Amino acid sequence: MLNGMLGRKIGMTQIFEEDGTAVPVTVVQVGPVTVIQKKTEEQDGYNSIQVGFEDRNPRKINKPLTGHFKDQKPMTVLREFSADDITQVEVGQVFNTSIFEEGDKIAVTGTSKGKGFAGTMKRHNFGGQPASHGHRGHRRTGSIGQCATPARVFKGKKMPGQYGNATVTVLGLKVAKILPDQNVILVKGAIPGRNGGIVTLKKSSR
Amino acid sequence: MNTLMQTVENSQLRSDLPEFRVGSTIRVNYRIVEGEKERIQAFEGVVIRKHRGNQNNKASFTVRKTSQGHGVERIFPLHSPRIESIKILKVGLVRRAKLYYLRNRRGKAARIAEKITHRPKS
Repeated sequence: MLNGMLGRKIGMTQIFEEDGTAVPVTVVQVGPVTVIQKKTEEQDGYNSIQVGFEDRNPRKINKPLTGHFKDQKPMTVLREFSADDITQVEVGQVFNTSIFEEGDKIAVTGTSKGKGFAGTMKRHNFGGQPASHGHRGHRRTGSIGQCATPARVFKGKKMPGQYGNATVTVLGLKVAKILPDQNVILVKGAIPGRNGGIVTLKKSSR
Repeated sequence: MNTLMQTVENSQLRSDLPEFRVGSTIRVNYRIVEGEKERIQAFEGVVIRKHRGNQNNKASFTVRKTSQGHGVERIFPLHSPRIESIKILKVGLVRRAKLYYLRNRRGKAARIAEKITHRPKS
């Protein structure tokens, strides 16, 4: 069986539980996804299910991809989910929100919002230097090491650089509510990425 | 806003509560859960603020009352299922959207004129 789904982040809001507790939720439009390819141990060295999400204009895909989709409708996003047992799944089979249940623990993967080239205060939560009393450093990194010993900067030293726009997985999220008619899942808490971004929801034990 | 977002948010709205305005004196019957037991607690006072309007699932309102000489303010989520009922006791005549000035007044000065609505002769 398929252990995950593709979706689009819509945005955040809040819902009330029956006892009146307000729960912060992220609205995710999830699936339906179509199985495009089954990868098998014999042929590919591992078992997995490749699914496609959201239809795409058939005129806009190139010839190699047209061959890949064969009898299936062309899809915008393709992603693989590892699976131990792929005998139950057929190419062309459609999955929707029904693979999840309310209360399920899930892990959500997405591309975080890009922050560009960021300094150490934003990127690594450094403290920076005092704002006044003759200090001239303010938001600078400060010292990056000692002198003659070790006479070099250690590998992995936290420094300024590209921040965000990276693949981020958040574990331990919970399915708060499922709206099967709208193909919508409400995830408790925040998930990575911008509104409208592609996210992967996977069943998780953590 | 996205239509999916709207369906989710609209599903949270309550339409069974009466509409009230800032300046009105209201009684909010609020469900309180104490361990196993559930009881209803009333909070009576003047609405001094409405936050985010009526048709918003995140909307809230603030009720102020004076209890034993101390001002007490309580914020309620407008569409919370914990609100059992709301009763409008008086409709106040006010010219502000937020009645924060009441915080600096006490006694007679903190009164709000009641809006007299025209009643047809019976």
